[in-house]
Formats: sequence, C-alpha cells, structure tokens
Amino acid sequence: MDATELLARYEQMAVIRRTEKAAHDLFLHGLVKGTTHLAAGHEAIAVGASAALRADDYVFATYRGHHHALARGATPEECLAELMSRATGLCKAKGGSMHLTKAATGMLGSYAIVGAHLPMAVGAAWSARLRGTDQIAVAFFGDGATNIGAFHEALNLAAVWKLPVLFVCENNLYMEYTPIADVTAVARPAADRAPAYGIPGEVVDGNDVVAVHETVERLARRARAGDGPALIEAQTYRHFGHSRADPATYRPAEEVERWLKHDPLDLARGRLIELGVAPETVTAADERARDVVAKAVEAAKAAPGPDPGEALTDVWADGGAAWRT
Amino acid sequence: MADVTAERAVGAREISYREAVAEGIAREMRRDPAVVCLGEDIGEAGGVFKTTVGLREEFGPERVWDTPISEQAIVGAAMGAAMTGMRPVAEIMFSDFLACCWDYLANEIPKVRYMTGGQVTVPLVVRTANGGGLGFGAQHSQATENWALTIPGLKIAAPSTPADVIGMMAAAIRSDDPVVFFEHKGLLASKGTPPPPGHVVDLGSATVVREGADVTLVALASMVPVALRAAELLAAEGIQAEVVDLRCLVPLDVATVLASLARTSRLLTVEENPYQGGWGATLVSVVADEGFGLLDAPVRRVAGECVPLPFADALEEQVIPTVEKVVAAVRSLAAY
Ligand SMILES: Cc1ncc(C[n+]2csc(CCOP(=O)(O)OP(=O)(O)O)c2C)c(N)n1
Repeated sequence: MDATELLARYEQMAVIRRTEKAAHDLFLHGLVKGTTHLAAGHEAIAVGASAALRADDYVFATYRGHHHALARGATPEECLAELMSRATGLCKAKGGSMHLTKAATGMLGSYAIVGAHLPMAVGAAWSARLRGTDQIAVAFFGDGATNIGAFHEALNLAAVWKLPVLFVCENNLYMEYTPIADVTAVARPAADRAPAYGIPGEVVDGNDVVAVHETVERLARRARAGDGPALIEAQTYRHFGHSRADPATYRPAEEVERWLKHDPLDLARGRLIELGVAPETVTAADERARDVVAKAVEAAKAAPGPDPGEALTDVWADGGAAWRT
Repeated sequence: MADVTAERAVGAREISYREAVAEGIAREMRRDPAVVCLGEDIGEAGGVFKTTVGLREEFGPERVWDTPISEQAIVGAAMGAAMTGMRPVAEIMFSDFLACCWDYLANEIPKVRYMTGGQVTVPLVVRTANGGGLGFGAQHSQATENWALTIPGLKIAAPSTPADVIGMMAAAIRSDDPVVFFEHKGLLASKGTPPPPGHVVDLGSATVVREGADVTLVALASMVPVALRAAELLAAEGIQAEVVDLRCLVPLDVATVLASLARTSRLLTVEENPYQGGWGATLVSVVADEGFGLLDAPVRRVAGECVPLPFADALEEQVIPTVEKVVAAVRSLAAY
C-alpha cells in the first residue's frame, strides 16, 4: 500500500472513529435510543478488508457493524440519522444501530443473531458462482460466533462447494463479558477450526490496516480464482464495553492499556510518517474527518423523524404489510 | 389417516401429488434460469419422499444441489442467494426439522426486508414435508404450518391437490417474497388431473371445493379430503356442508370465508395442527371481529389434540382430526 492509499485509509478510519465517538455522545445526550455496539478499535479490519474488495462484492456483518457500513459506502450522516431514528436514516429508521445495511454498495446487512449471517454469505458466494460472476462474499463476525452451529455449517458448506467466501473473525478477546478463551476448546477460536474444514486459517494483526489489507487481498484473489473459501482471524480489541450498558470493568487494566497503545489509527499514522508523509498532512486528514462527522451530526439532528405510516410498509415486496384479504 | 385419498379412482392420465411437486418445480426451472434447488438427498436420490425425482437429470448438478445435513446452512445460504439474484428452492426434509433452522424462518428471512427499509428482497421457497398419519412418531409427524403463521413476513402455502401443488409452486417460486411451502406427507400418493401448462394459483386465493347451504367447513391440506368425506356423509343425513380449501395461511383469504358464511351462517375449522395456537384460532377471531352478524351459531374448531404425535395408528387417530370427529361437530352445529 503506497502512502497516498494509506493516507486515504487513515482518513477513512478517522471518520469511523469520529462517527463512533459521535454515536457515543449522542447516546449520552439521549438522542440515540436502544443500544449501540461501538467498534472503536476495530477500524483497521473494516477498512483494510474493504480496500481489498471490489465495489460489487458482498459484505455481511454483525450488530457491531458501524465500521463495516461506513467502510462499505454508507455515509456518517446516513448512519447517525439511522441511530437517531430519523426519516433520512440508512434504513428509514427501521433498522437501527444493529442493522445498518446499504445494499446498493454491497453492504448486505448487519445481523443481530450471533453467527446467523455466515450461511447467508455462503449463499451470496454460491449465487455469484451460479450467475457466473467472479464476485466474492465476506462475512465479518466476532470470536463468540465461532461456537455457534451456523459457523460450522457455513464453513463446511463453503468448503465442500468451494465457494468464493471469506470468513473474517474479529477476535477482540471477549464475547459480551466472558473471555472467549474461557469457553473455547482451542486457543485461536477461528483459525484453529479452519483445518477441520480443509481451508486456510490465517491469523493477522487486526489493528494493522496494511496487514489486514494484504491478507484479505491475497485470500480474495484465491477465492476469485475458484480456489475456495478461507478463514481469517484478525486480532483486535474494542475500546468501549460490549454495548452501551457495559462499562467493561471485567477487563484487566494492563490489558486495556497494552491494547490502547496498539491503536489502529496510531499504527497507521506511524507508518505514514515512516513513509515520509508530513505530520501536518496526517493532521489535515484528521481535521477533514472531524468536519465531515460534525456536519453529519448537525444534518442528522436537523432531519425529521419517520412518518408513522412507515411502520406498516416494507414487509412485502409490494411495499405493504397486508397478510389477509 | 395414511394416504387419505389413496383410494380415489386412479385414471391413466392422472398425476400424483408427489410427482406434482417435481413437475411444479421443473416447470419453473424451465422458464427461469434463476431457479435453483438445494437440500439433503434431493439430487441423485430424488428426495426421501421422491418429490424431486428427475430434476437432477434434467437440470444437472449446477441447478440441483445436494447439501450436507446442515439445515441452518441450507436455509441461510438460500437466503443469501435470494438476496443476490437467485430464486432458490430449499428443501427441509421433514417440517419438524424447521426447528433446526428456526432462526432463519423466524428472525432472518422475514425481517430483513423490513429492517433494511425495503432495500433487500428475499424471493425464496422453503419446501417441507408436513403432517402426520404415516406413523413416523413425534419427531417426524407434526403439522407445523402454525409455527410459521406466528411470524409476520412469511407467506405460507399448503396445497391439497396435485393441480394446486403445481399452480401454487409456480406462484411461490415467482413470488418476490419468501414462501414456506408445506407438502403434506399424507397426500403424497393421492392423484389428480395434471393442470395445463402455465397453470398458476395465486397465493391467498382460497377455493370452495364443495358447495352447501348449511355449514362452512374451512380446511387446509390433508384436512380438505377429511372435510370432503365428512360432507358426503352429512349430505346423506340432509346436512349440506360447504367446504373451503384455504390453500394458504398467508395471505389469508378472509373474503372467501366471509362470503361462504353469508350463505351458511355456521363455521367449523378443520385443522391438523394442535388446537393450542392453531391457525383456526386466527381465522375464527377475524370472523368474530368482522363477521359476527353473519353467524347463527357459535364457531367451532376441530383440531389436533395438544400432545406430541404418538406412534401407533390407533393412538394417532385419537390425536389427528378424523372424519367422525368432523361429522359429530357439524351435527351439533347444524342442530344449534
Ligand atoms: C444467537 C445469539 N445468542 C446470544 C446473543 C446475545 N449476544 C449479543 S452479542 C454477544 C456476544 C458476541 O460476541 P462476539 O461474537 O465475540 O462479538 P463481539 O461482540 O465481540 O463483536 C451475545 C452473547 C445473540 N445476539 N445471539
């Protein structure tokens, strides 16, 4: 990745980080209800992977999916408006934080049932093959999902049908509150399972946008060429608790400190400086990110709430909800 | 109740319900290359109920896919394929096994269109062999269409004749919405006239299969021949029963039921699923709400007993509605 591209990725990560911060603040101000699962700390995975994908590839994510939606073409304004229950929200305020979807740019949804979307990504990859395209599908999921049946069913089916799908585990060491290591029979919950399905299982530093990009690019090329699925375990850490309700007091202080020092933005900034980019240039990217998100917050705040009639639309393909004559 | 219509006269030009399933799918696969099938044993083996015989030969392994025993992956992959341009037809061998992929039926497929604000449409069919009467025991015999009925966002088809299987399969596969298609195990051997090319039965169109002025029997799938047989016996006693084959639970053809009640003023639902939570309860509540003035008697429901399906024929008969139970219920209604 050259300096120009890395700078663009850095700026994208900065936008995501600022959007997460805005979501957090708006929640504290009572403008976001329900809950949010912030992905601050995970940015390099979404951005690095997306940079390695084509515009027509498919992405499926979890309830912790703000970063994927943003990396995959949703704007901060659309996302924040969705979180703030505005008519201009990405999903017309029917999805919310856990269901950010932008089908037009290949972001085929965020799913709040742990692991459920892995078979869907397999299906999208199968569909690409049936239609004779060389699109691939990517499923992003947490370490907790690796103990769900759907994970194993999806891996096996993708492997036996040799489908172009990448399974990308964001291993942030915890499920909600329980360390994944306490409840998993192998040390690396995703990568160690790959051999059972005869597919590559690679571990990557999930906070290093360059490393994620390189790994996804390589395995995507392989999948596109017809060599089948792969599993990537990207090691990372979430800066906040699991969700809004969680202050994350169960995490040892030195662990938190160690990981915060290994921040994906700092890492990318360091690499940019190494590549000879002027610190002011990086700071300018930070400022642009701040402006974009500040404007998005204001625009989302100013947007109207949903028309109550919208509650009874969009169940069926005809746009309605009628279940009877 | 095994093969409830097996004793009907069989003509040379007739087609069985099980053949109609494969024929219905084949007709759609011929007209639309986006239609693909997946499921356990559906390819070379032709399906455990022989409802997919001939599909692999005609359409090849790139359109008829054998899967591992992975109900979540089958239905989840069908969903992903449907979201991205295909029209998959997924088979879940026995409807009891829908519980193994219930997340997809209850949480994923029916909600995704709504929660994405209409961005994503899921045109798929989940086919499954439903119902009792064959002595398969409690884990292979349930009538589960009422499970699906509790979920907004799924269409539910349950044909009772070979012609309807073909016509409703066409409508289900062409539907831009997800359809759960219940094929009744007790009807698989029954026969009927094959419908002409292009035959489509719109989802949500019930049909009056027997006219009568005294009481309306509303039935679904295997209960349609049971209701018809009861109506024949009752006619001999001078009670004329009208029989409505509901054909679909969603969309629910309330209009046809209310129109029938306007003629008969008495309603009996005949359901195989357990009384507790059965579809008849929804239907009679709509009738009570909107058609109370049409009624001259209380509504009645003959439904399955609220127990798991037992194994022995003699016990199964105690649990699943029989012609005798329907006749007795109608007599009491007619005399009210
Ligand atoms: C099937 C299912 N079980 C339980 C939950 C509740 N739940 C929500 S998130 C979560 C933890 C998931 O952890 P992980 O997969 O590691 O993802 P992370 O939150 O770390 O991104 C749990 C248990 C759920 N949403 N779905």
